[in-house]
Amino acid sequence: MNAWREFAPGSWQDTINVRDFIQRNYTPYDGDGSFLAGPTERTLALRGEMDELFRREHEHNGVLKIDVDTVITPTAFAPGYLDRDREIIVGFQTDEPLKRACNPFGGMRMVHDACKAYGYTVSESVEKQFCQHRTHNDGVFSVYTPEIRAARHCGLITGLPDAYGRGRIIGDYRRVALYGVDRLIEEKKKDKLARGEEPMLERTIRALEELSMQLEALADMKKMAAAYGFDISRPAENAREAVQWTYFGYLASIKEQNGAAMSLGRVSTFLDIYFERDLREGVLDEAGAQEIMDDFVMKLRMARHLRTPDYNELFGGDPMWITESLGGVGEDGRHLVTKNCFRMLQTLYNLNPSAEPNLTVLWAEALPENWKRFAAKVSCDTDALQYENDDVMRPLYGDDYAIACCVSAMKVGKQMQFFGARANLAKLLLLALNGGRDEKKNMQVGPEHEPYQGEYLDYDRVIELLDFYRPWLAKTYVSAMNIIHSMHDKYCYEKTQMALHDSHVHRFMAFGVAGMSCMADSLSAIKYAKVRCVRDPETGLITDYEIEGEYPAFGNDDDRVDSIACEQVGLFCRELKKNPLYRGAEHTLSILTITSNVMYGKKTGSTPDGRKAGEPLAPGANPMAGRDRSGALASLNSVAKLSYDVCRDGISNTFSIVPQALGKTEDERVGNLVAILGGYFGQKAHHLNVNVLNRETLLAAYEHPEDYPNLTIRVSGYAVNFYKLSREQQREVIARTFHVSV
Amino acid sequence: MTGRLHSIQSLGAVDGPGIRAVAFLQGCPLRCAYCHNPDTWDPNGGEEIEAAELARRLLRYRPYWRETGGVTVTGGEPLLQAAFVEELFALLRAEGVHTALDTSCTGDLAAAERVLAHTSLVLADLKFLTEEDYRQYCRGSLARVEEFLRLTESLGVPLWIRHVVAPGLTDGEAHIRALGEKAAAYANLEKIELLPFRKLCLEKYQSMGIPFPLQDTPEMDEARCRELARLLPSGRAAGARGLSSQRALPL
Repeated sequence: MNAWREFAPGSWQDTINVRDFIQRNYTPYDGDGSFLAGPTERTLALRGEMDELFRREHEHNGVLKIDVDTVITPTAFAPGYLDRDREIIVGFQTDEPLKRACNPFGGMRMVHDACKAYGYTVSESVEKQFCQHRTHNDGVFSVYTPEIRAARHCGLITGLPDAYGRGRIIGDYRRVALYGVDRLIEEKKKDKLARGEEPMLERTIRALEELSMQLEALADMKKMAAAYGFDISRPAENAREAVQWTYFGYLASIKEQNGAAMSLGRVSTFLDIYFERDLREGVLDEAGAQEIMDDFVMKLRMARHLRTPDYNELFGGDPMWITESLGGVGEDGRHLVTKNCFRMLQTLYNLNPSAEPNLTVLWAEALPENWKRFAAKVSCDTDALQYENDDVMRPLYGDDYAIACCVSAMKVGKQMQFFGARANLAKLLLLALNGGRDEKKNMQVGPEHEPYQGEYLDYDRVIELLDFYRPWLAKTYVSAMNIIHSMHDKYCYEKTQMALHDSHVHRFMAFGVAGMSCMADSLSAIKYAKVRCVRDPETGLITDYEIEGEYPAFGNDDDRVDSIACEQVGLFCRELKKNPLYRGAEHTLSILTITSNVMYGKKTGSTPDGRKAGEPLAPGANPMAGRDRSGALASLNSVAKLSYDVCRDGISNTFSIVPQALGKTEDERVGNLVAILGGYFGQKAHHLNVNVLNRETLLAAYEHPEDYPNLTIRVSGYAVNFYKLSREQQREVIARTFHVSV
Repeated sequence: MTGRLHSIQSLGAVDGPGIRAVAFLQGCPLRCAYCHNPDTWDPNGGEEIEAAELARRLLRYRPYWRETGGVTVTGGEPLLQAAFVEELFALLRAEGVHTALDTSCTGDLAAAERVLAHTSLVLADLKFLTEEDYRQYCRGSLARVEEFLRLTESLGVPLWIRHVVAPGLTDGEAHIRALGEKAAAYANLEKIELLPFRKLCLEKYQSMGIPFPLQDTPEMDEARCRELARLLPSGRAAGARGLSSQRALPL
């Protein structure tokens, strides 16, 4: 059968160009969700089996099983099935669903710790295989400077991907379906030959070695699929194959890599083209189309990596960040919403709400009203969606970008990023006041400088100290990132995912900040109220602050403090850019914490805004909990002032509102949420997590987690099943601002 | 001119149509038994602000209003500062903003008429149905309220009538039917909203050191409130609404 039958021809046939294929072939859908189908009997049965496994996994402390005998690679495990007769889309990382595997390429220590935490011991064969094998983690720590170690140790820079896969790379998994692997191999071989003509210096040699690894990976991908009985050397011939082929590309990647965020990309509208053709040809009906998507999503929900408890403290809820970007508008002005975007959201009804995949609606003014309302309704019903502003990203990334992790945009298959955690700005302030000493551990971290003298903090003098320490932090941070990514390329290169990229890629290096609102409020308190230092009589360190008077807090649409936030973020970004990056990468910055705001808070002493030592920082770019007192829109307006031009890696904001405050009827709530999203993004804001729920629901789920297995909430850039968070993380979520009606 | 402002709530989704910025003005002549905002009673409290400055602050939220939303002014009793509201509404209407006046319908009628000239919608609290109840439970007058409602009718300003339903006080079926009849007599009536009585304000009373007259009255059951709404003239019952009943302001 001709795989490309009926498709409009174009340059996509001559070169690898999925975007061109989409643009020439997709069918924008303006209608509403009334065409959608519920779950079939088969889907319900399979879902029952999946839910039962989830239940058992939860009973087993969150980890159902670990295979300690096999080092995972795309071909290491025999095929695994949930229910072979019922499954439409197949493939698991190991030979059983939810069984986790050892992936020591990023670091053996993490594998040891993880196995130990769940009562397993790494087998001798794996030990033997890796005792001589240098890992990414070994490489990084052999080069880290004492300064980096100190900054890392005290929590000034945390969450660095130096012990596991870095993630945040999106393979263009659609290429597997559209072209088949043989064509991809052929193109890569051509690229390799051409590259070989270049002067044979380090750059070229590395590129050639990487291309050769990519070719191995493509061959392995075929082998992996063949074990399931599929020949992906050829292009997909129908919708089911297109989904299966795409999934195989993704599956090979998550077998090879255990990166923090392993995102899916932007596949729904691409797949819609195949669904539309099958529907036209009469070989599929709507129930059948939905069934394929439901099955696909079940596979995604069952993807797992082996993590340590430490890791869960940073990124709570066992996330995979299988982020799928939906909708958006094309460069020609036609929106990119298709029926299959609706089907993807429909999985949240057919399979119950869930944190994964991380469904991300690319919001644009020009989206059809029906789609806006459908997404808003799904948000009200499930709290599982995040929204990102296509109107600010499209001019930079075109119309075939996707979101990696939470808020990181990149052109699919053409750009990648070197992911790198975040620096704690609240802690930087404390360090600056204490002459480079850590306020909690009383150790010298930054360069020595005279600590702040005097009883009351003077704004200008504090700013001078920040100006002194900021460049040092930026340099130290950049050094750590350059080391990490150099070693990752060397010891843990993403050969599968990079095989699904163009051979020439643009690289971003994504820095981040945490504690932004805490720092802004602290500086605001210093400027507009009086802040007295309290020193520890033994160490002389300033360890606490007393505030006299009131100060404007970030989150109330008050320019006095909002401008401080914008200024400090801008200054840090500018400082980062002064430091050259590994492999010519481009600097980007995010304001995003995932759930690490809790852990960062623990490592941060009392701050001049009145926050006490150990209390959580706000997540992402959120105002500090409870301080945004002028209502939800004032809070949104404050965050909207942070510029995406400065924070090209994204600005995460999480918004929780009780349903009653959003309107009296469902119809009103949906309409009002659409209005809120439009108003926020119309001001060039970047990202919004939306939760529509009562604090009481969370309190009940905190007390009786077993009664709320599907309670999903958005935290910072992703969704979690509430019960999977640590108790501490749950308490922090409960303490966040819930916008109530007045 | 200046007026006295208690606070602004940037997201109001239950005080008029669509998304609304809600300005709470300071000062109220009434003392309703179920008042949720005792902190707005004092006419000398709050922040002094120019009407133009208040308009500027409210317009910050314009991006969220789309075609349906706008500004709601409430309190306290906004008509206590009628000239200020008049100027504010005139400024907002000049910008094309939908203006809603949430009022207990007390105050000088001539001044009210000047406000209504710039008002897109009146949200009128019709609290009780007899003079006696009005005197006893809120130190107000039904006759004054009715005069005001007739004024809105004669000016053709769209009207929503709102009524707090408190157990044992205003939740009788006959009472609700009578309310419906009374309200339906106004030709400009668009909607009747029943607001279930809530006690979210208890803490506020405690912190202000004043007794809450309905301390012992239970909260109104929302489902029951929805049932009662069926007794209202068809097509005009907006039904019960949630938590927002008596506009509890954050302290």
